[in-house]
Amino acid sequence: MQEPSAPDIAPDARPRLPRGVRLVHNAAQGGWVLLAPERIFRPDAVALAILQRCTGAATFAAIVDDLAVEFTAPRQRIGADVATLLRSLADKKLLEL
Amino acid sequence: MVAPAQESPPRPLGLLAELTHRCPLGCPYCSNPLDLDARADELDTATWARVMREAAALGVLQVHLSGGEPGARRDLEHIVAAAREAGLYTNLITAGVGISTARLAALAAAGLDHVQVSIQDSEAASADCIAGYDGAFARKRALAGDVVRLKLPLTVNAVIHRANIERVGAMIDLALALGAGRVEIAHAQYYGWALKNRAALMPAREQVGRAIAVVEAMRETHRGAIVIDSVVPDYYARYPKPCVGGWGRRSLNVTPSGVVLPCHAAATIPGLDFWNVREYALADIWTSSPAFNAFRGTDWMVEPCASCARRSVDFGGCRCQALALTGDARAADPVCHLSPHHAGLAELARSDADAAYVYRRI
Ligand code: SF4
Ligand code: SF4
Repeated sequence: MQEPSAPDIAPDARPRLPRGVRLVHNAAQGGWVLLAPERIFRPDAVALAILQRCTGAATFAAIVDDLAVEFTAPRQRIGADVATLLRSLADKKLLEL
Repeated sequence: MVAPAQESPPRPLGLLAELTHRCPLGCPYCSNPLDLDARADELDTATWARVMREAAALGVLQVHLSGGEPGARRDLEHIVAAAREAGLYTNLITAGVGISTARLAALAAAGLDHVQVSIQDSEAASADCIAGYDGAFARKRALAGDVVRLKLPLTVNAVIHRANIERVGAMIDLALALGAGRVEIAHAQYYGWALKNRAALMPAREQVGRAIAVVEAMRETHRGAIVIDSVVPDYYARYPKPCVGGWGRRSLNVTPSGVVLPCHAAATIPGLDFWNVREYALADIWTSSPAFNAFRGTDWMVEPCASCARRSVDFGGCRCQALALTGDARAADPVCHLSPHHAGLAELARSDADAAYVYRRI
């Protein structure tokens, strides 16, 4: 079986939310939402854990290390999942890499 | 008879705040009502600030500051600041004429999250002719430049109709050149002034087909460079869209004078009792005003919608369009091929001849 190839992201990239994209907690809507131009996303637990680390401070490599510990999962698999999410967010202009 | 327990309505996500109907442009496709609110009837700053707080408490996440031209209000910075303070995501929808570089910087400092600038065409002369305003195109370009320099996200909105439809690709490329992260290709919707100008605006079916193909191809070639959102024109669809995500489900609209509408054209439906923020709290209007409950859910439906499997998907389409084209606001939106009025709609789309613009004026 072939592994689906994960998008390439430099280990030292520092993903961050651009201006106009905000992760906020809204009590009336019952949780975390990602607000962007004309868009509203409700991240699941994994996406939320990733987004909360995209502050521009941590590198991609550090985020993957951190999440591999938090979710006690193999680093390679976490790396592929995080890369896939970050690339799709970047394509939608919801993230800067 | 036992009435079913009244379900509490879902919480709205978006508020369209029509801050003023004043606008320097005169676009013939404007969806504002023919009977525009006068400046003297506009809500004051404190009332808008209260509306923002009440909206956020109700669950609203994003406010779209619109009009008319919101920049025509001197207190726009204060309204933006009040919205941000309430926790709302603030989106400015502007014609791009009359907001100076300094003004935009003040709006950014007040916490503005996103700017949407309209363009009328990719060519200056045609764009200015459509807007009914000489020099509008150049001023919009300048404002877009200011937005990008301030590092605010920019969306370019282009309303598509007969005069510009052949340049839909050029308009997407213009949006990209202006530094927009997102472009909205919105085929004209025929409400308000647009309905009055329908004969002059409606493109031919072949033109619509070509425009859709161009947009779909560019979505692929421009992936990652610009997000292209497009709304397929109603009159050529098989099923209607769930208008505003369903009546009284996702969003509400406050007019310059404080009337709260389920959608921007709802006031065209006679006999509905709309409440005003001057007299009621927004949450009470959302849950209890007769206008919001008139077409909420599916109980009000008649055939073919009442027994249709899609009734909770599209909610029968747009009530205002149903009224305008069939005379009955409860009828299926004639965009739906199951509507007995659907064939007549195709005829209408085909037979409208050329006509001169009636520019939007207060
Ligand atoms: S559509 Fe044109 S006329 Fe109407 S509010 Fe917008 S810019 Fe002004
Ligand atoms: S019949 Fe009514 S509910 Fe069914 S698809 Fe058509 S508009 Fe929607």
